[in-house]
Parts: sequence; C-alpha cells; structure tokens
Amino acid sequence: MKFDVRKFLADRSVPIMFIIICAVCIPLSGFSTSYLFNEIVTRIVRNTFLILSLLIPIMAGMGLNFGMTLGAMAGEIALIFTSDWQIWGIPGVVLAMILSIPISILLGALCGTLLNKSRGREMITSYIISFFINGIYQLVVLYMMGPIIPILHESIKLPRGYGIRNTVSLLNLRQSIDNLVSINVAGVKIPVISFVIIILLCLFIVWFTKTKLGQDMRAVGQNMEVARAAGINVDRTRILSIIMSTVLAGFGMILYLQNMGNIATYSSHSQIGMFCIAALLVGGASVDKASIGNVFLGVILFHLMFIVAPRAGTVITGDSMIGEYFRVFISYGVITLALVMYETKKHKKKKMTKEGTENEK
Amino acid sequence: MKNIKKSYYGTAVLHDINMELSEGEIIGLVGENGAGKSTLMNILFGDEVIASTGGYEGDIFINGEKAQINSSFDALNYGIGMVHQEFSLIPGFTATENILFNREPTKKSLVSSAFGDRLDTLDRKKMKEIADDAIDKVGIKIDDDMLVQSMPVGHKQFTEIAREISKEKLKVLILDEPTAVLTEKEAETMLKSIKNLASRGIAIIFISHRLNEIMDICNKVTVIRDGVVVKTSDIDKITVDEITKYMIGREVDTKHREPRNVEGKDVIMSIKNLYVDMPGENVRDFSIDVYDGEILGIGGLAGQGKLGIPNGIMGLYDAEGDVSYKNEKINISEPMSSLKKDIAFVSEDRRGVGLLLDESLEWNISFLTMQVKDKFLKKILGKLMSFRSNEEIKEVTDHYIEALNIKCTSSKQKARELSGGNQQKVCLAKAFAMQPKFLFVSEPTRGIDVGAKALVLDALKGYNEKYGTTIVMVSSEIEELRQICDRIAIVSDGKVAGIYKATEPVEKFGALMIGAKAA
Repeated sequence: MKFDVRKFLADRSVPIMFIIICAVCIPLSGFSTSYLFNEIVTRIVRNTFLILSLLIPIMAGMGLNFGMTLGAMAGEIALIFTSDWQIWGIPGVVLAMILSIPISILLGALCGTLLNKSRGREMITSYIISFFINGIYQLVVLYMMGPIIPILHESIKLPRGYGIRNTVSLLNLRQSIDNLVSINVAGVKIPVISFVIIILLCLFIVWFTKTKLGQDMRAVGQNMEVARAAGINVDRTRILSIIMSTVLAGFGMILYLQNMGNIATYSSHSQIGMFCIAALLVGGASVDKASIGNVFLGVILFHLMFIVAPRAGTVITGDSMIGEYFRVFISYGVITLALVMYETKKHKKKKMTKEGTENEK
Repeated sequence: MKNIKKSYYGTAVLHDINMELSEGEIIGLVGENGAGKSTLMNILFGDEVIASTGGYEGDIFINGEKAQINSSFDALNYGIGMVHQEFSLIPGFTATENILFNREPTKKSLVSSAFGDRLDTLDRKKMKEIADDAIDKVGIKIDDDMLVQSMPVGHKQFTEIAREISKEKLKVLILDEPTAVLTEKEAETMLKSIKNLASRGIAIIFISHRLNEIMDICNKVTVIRDGVVVKTSDIDKITVDEITKYMIGREVDTKHREPRNVEGKDVIMSIKNLYVDMPGENVRDFSIDVYDGEILGIGGLAGQGKLGIPNGIMGLYDAEGDVSYKNEKINISEPMSSLKKDIAFVSEDRRGVGLLLDESLEWNISFLTMQVKDKFLKKILGKLMSFRSNEEIKEVTDHYIEALNIKCTSSKQKARELSGGNQQKVCLAKAFAMQPKFLFVSEPTRGIDVGAKALVLDALKGYNEKYGTTIVMVSSEIEELRQICDRIAIVSDGKVAGIYKATEPVEKFGALMIGAKAA
C-alpha cells in the first residue's frame, strides 16, 4: 500500500495542532528547560494512571468513559477515611486503594448496568451518570459523614459538626510514593516508584489484551451481535470493562491526590474526567481506538500546553487569566472535535462499504 | 427431520417437513423467498428467533438419536454448523482470530487460577496451527493474519466456512446462499471446496437461488413451497425446468409483450445533461426524452450509472442538470418537488429507503401519500388540525395486499417480518397508493425469487395499462426489461449508449453494455 502523507497527517491532526501550539508558546513563556521537564514529569506522575483507566472501555467499544469520575469519587472517599483514621504515608495510600476497590466495583457495576440499557449512547449516559452520582456523593460526604458514618477527627469536619470540610489536607501523605525512591537527573527529579507503578499498569493492560477476557472485550467492541452469537456474555463483558475502568480510576485518583497533597472535597473529581479524556484525545486517540502511546503523548502535550499557555498569555495580553480560560475552552473544544470527527469518519466508512457492496453486485 | 412444524404469530410457515441427510451427502434446498427455507434452517441451528417465538414441533434425529435443539449451543454440540448469508465475523480481527472466535485455546497462568478462566492468556501459536489446518481443508489460500475488514468478500465467506470446519464435532454444515455475493470465479472455487468437504464425510445442506449450482454439486434436491416439501429427488432424475416448476407451482409467463410505438407521443419528461454524484453509480451527461404512457427500461452493467438516474432526479443524491416534467422544470435537489408533481420512486434500497421496517404495512403504504397529497386525513376545526383516518388507510392497504398478493398475517404486521419479495410488493403498493402519473422503479426484482418477480412485473405492466402511468424501470436484468418495456436505453459510463425497441435481440443490447456504439 502506498504511504499517503495527507491521510497520515489528517489522522493525527489533533496532536499536530498541539505540537504547533506548544512550539509557539514555549519560547514566548520563557521558562527554563529544567523547569519545564520538572513540571512535565510531575504531571505525568499525577495523571497518567487516571488516563490509562480509560483504555479498557474504549477497547470494549463503550467509548470514552466519562464515568471514570465515579472511580475518582471512590478514591476520594477512601482517602477521607484513611486521613480520618490518621493512617499516613505508604500504608495510608495502600489502605486507601484497598478501601476504594469495593466502592469502585459497586459504582462501576451500577454504571455498567445502566450503560447496557442505553446501548449506542454510552458516552452521554456515562457523562450524566457522573453528575447523578456526584449528587449522591455530596449527600454522603456533606450530610452522612458525621451523624451516620463516624468521623473522628474535628480537623476534617465542617465547623457545624458534620460533613467534610472543603479541603482535606493530605500533608502527611503528600508525595510519599513519589519521594520513596527518587533520583535526580540533570536537575530533574524523577520519582522512580511512581514510574514503576505506571509501567506496571501499562504492562498489565498489554497483558490483559492477550487474555481471553481481553479478546472477548475487543470482539464485543467491534460487533456485539456476532459476539453474542458466538456465546460470549456481552452484557457481563461490558460491565466488567466498566468496573475495571472504575477501579483503576479510583487508584489513579489516589495517586493523583497523594501527589497534590490535598483533597478539594467537592471539586477534585468534577473535572478530572473531562481533562483526562481531553488529554487522551490530544494524544491522538479516538472514540473507538486508543493506545498506551496516545496516553503518554497526550499527557505530555496537553499539560505542556497548560504550563506554557498561561505564561505565554500573560506575555502577549498582560492578563494571566487568559491561560486558565484557555485551558477549559481547549479541553471542551478538543472533545467536541474528537466526537464530531468520529461521527464523520463512521459515516464515511459506512458510505464506502455501501459503495463496495454496490460494486460487487 | 420428521414432521417439523413451526408457526410465527399464529401463521403456520412450516407444515410437516420431512428431510433425510446422510454422511457426505450434499443436499440442495430450494424454494421461493418466504417458502420457509430460512425458518427450517434456523430450527436446525437453534436460532434465538425460534425459541423466542414458541419453539418448534416435530423431531430431529441425529445418528438415530432424538435431538432437542433449543439454542445454537445445542446445535454446535450436535455437530451442526451454519454459514449465514450475512457475515458473522468480527471486522477488526484476523482470519485466525475469527476462525477460533470464542473457542480460543488458552494457557493457564497464575492470575487465571486465582480469578477464573477468562483471564487465561491466548495461545497464539496453537490458534495459528488450528486455523491454518482449517484453511487448508477449505482449499483456498487465505492469509491467516489478514484483518477481515480488509478482505475481499469471497475470502470472508471462506473464513466463515473455515470457522465451521475447525469445529471438531462438525457433521452437518448448512450453507445459506454462500455464492450470492461471490464473483463467478470465486463461486467456482467455493463449489469445489464444498464438494471437497463432502468427500470428508460432512453432510451439507446447500441453499441457493442459482439452480445450476445445485445441479452442479448436489446429490439430491429438496424443493419447499409454502412450508411443505413438494419434491425430493436425486439430482440426475430432475431438470432445472422441473425444479422451477415445483418451486413456483405454476408456469412462469415469460412471454414478451408487444412493444407499443411511442415515438410520436408527447414528451412527458425531458432529461438534459444530467450529472449525479452517487457513489459507485455516477451519471455523467445523461440526456433522454420520456414519452407519455410508455414503459422505458434503463439497463446497463453495474457501476455504469443506471441507478444514479432515478436517485438523482428524485433528489436522493447530489445532482445537476435540467429535468423538466410536462414542460415545467423540476428542482432535482428536493424530493418533495418531484413528489408533489405525482412522480413516485420505488428505490432499489428497499430496506433502507423504501420501508419503515418497524412500522405496520398500513403505515408503510400510506405515509408517503399522506405526506405528499394530504390524503387519508380527517380535517377538524376548520382544517386547523388533521387526524389520520385509520379506516381509509386500512381499506387502501387491504386493497393492495389483495391486488399484489402480499403474504402477511394482517395489514398491521410489521414490514420487517415479511420476506424480501413481499417487502418489494409493499414498496410498489406505497408508490401505487400515491396514484402517480410517473413512476421510477429501480431494480424491482433484485433479490426476490422467480414467482414474486413475475408478479411484480405483472403489477407494473398492469398499472401502466390501466392508468396510463409512465414508468421508467431501471434493472440489471435485460431479460425482464424486455418482458415489459416498450423501449430500452442502455447506460454505459454514465451516458446513454443507445436506445432500442424492446423486441430487438438480446445481443444488440449486450453489445451496447460492453461499450459498442449504437448503429
């Protein structure tokens, strides 16, 4: 087959656009290379795990899992408990992860079951489910924690005696994994263990695609009818993919928060799904196809832009708010673009296959 | 199989079917569309549809033992495999992965012993071995690493057969029109490999509309009509003509009708320099005059643009050019513009464009007329609101069900549940209900059987004679055009290659199709 330069570029239009934006903004921002590298490494450590959790539902044909927010909430609840029990450091992180598993499984199973009932509209449904569960999360955290669910420490409770404060400090947990083993390469701090965890997750995903369940998910993702006819339990397989994604998102959120050092109880999770999905798409993924490479490229490009754009914006317009504005607007823009491109591609493909059969007759 | 009976929604589709099949035998199963072939095979293969509509009656014996087939897993356990008309393959999987789909050999690992079999890893090497072995048996070279979506149609079909063969227990293989989508060359290979399989002791049920294929490879042929086996015979004791006769139960009228001389009449539609951008059927600079009251045939090879003509004029694809009807210009980018002028179109894509599959026949037949001509509506409150008039709709629908002999349970049945030929008749009824003055018909007989074909052609001819409606019929079958048309235009490369009277010998049309200039 001939290498088609135009097609190659068109397929990668989003990452290319971001590379150009970054290339323009980096010199404008005037940041030093080592500062940029340090920031990028921090962002990779912070976000990659979360973004990787999106891969499995895409493989199972359920699109971008906006429902990963549910996992993020599970992670937050688990961290609230561990900080209430004053279990810090590595044990705190590990315990939080263990605690998050049952919550994630429960929420994931709920989300997966609902998505099975709304086939073909998984993305919008999961998006709305995340709002719905956010309401329940607020109910639990704002009213039930205290009177019903015992919270011991006054420091995380609202002054009125129940509910959790807007910010829960994780100071004693902060970067405990990142700082466990870290090396310094040319002024850039590399948190070795965090990277090892991310690499392990990548290996897990690669291994998973080679399992029977992974194969079944790919099949279900491509053609549910055929998969069902071959005796695969389609509904169950789809639910499993969402559960796995939710559990991984919960772990990802815990790693993210241990890096940040505090929980913004009512807002940490609210945009995390949006930003993760935007980052994945910036990395060149689409609704039905995403790879580990997309994740890494996406994290780097998306966050590089976030680091340099505000400063570049300040330099150009003298207003630092422009950067923050840019960040939100670009995220939504990228997601919209990706969804539209996916639909047009699908439409084109359908037209082409139709033409194909027409010719054969 | 003994005394198999099955009814759908209270209508019996199969009565007392008896069939026998021995090892290594190829039996041909023929019948008109809707005769019950597919239902019978669905029973054998334990299709979901059967169980969900109340199961079947009668007994199936396999190797002398009574078998109860309730699901496709039961069928597989009894060694029955089926290759469906629609490909049931996963497009993004390789041939190997598809062949062993959901039967992949796996390796145990530490994780899977803890979390269950679904976390076993796939044994790629072994998968390749089994797949290659199955492909060898089929007898055609398929690249086992090729993704199904990039395969030619023929290879997809072979992949499906390989999948069935790779099942160790396979004793009976059902092939539902395996050659329908293949080129002649591929079909030949397919037939060869089917024979080859039979010689390995696999019994094969071969369903096809191409009778010469049946004659070619089958040992026996069974003809089904209206849910009854009307004839089972050894292949060397029967001829194609006899089979056809058994299939339709009546003589087919292949008489050509006398073409009328239309040249002197008024021009009803004049098409000038028409360009249509329809994928695979581009029309370039097509011009023709259509005379009042004639039946004009448009023929030509696939992909030459004949399908683009009606689709373009009716506004379904982008088109440019001057089309005037009764000396008035038609806006060809707007379907309503032609419809309002009593021009109707029966599309070749009956399931996509022609029908509302999940609606009743009443709706299907009446909705266009309702939209275009405000018929079947009751006006109340001084025409402010209009309601459907269900009585009128039912009346019209019942009229056409009878007139066109549409086989259905009632006018309330859903269009999806009808067979292909009957769906086509519904499409015609929809167009007739509009009482058009001008009718485009595109491939009206595609994918329907001989009996229904004759009926459809008769209906068109009758309608033309009775109401003087001008009909433009597009078809790839030159023979059927010659049966009912007055003139036939052959389209080649998007333009008119020539127009002849329908009585001209077939060879003259053939020459035009392959690009010769009109004399």
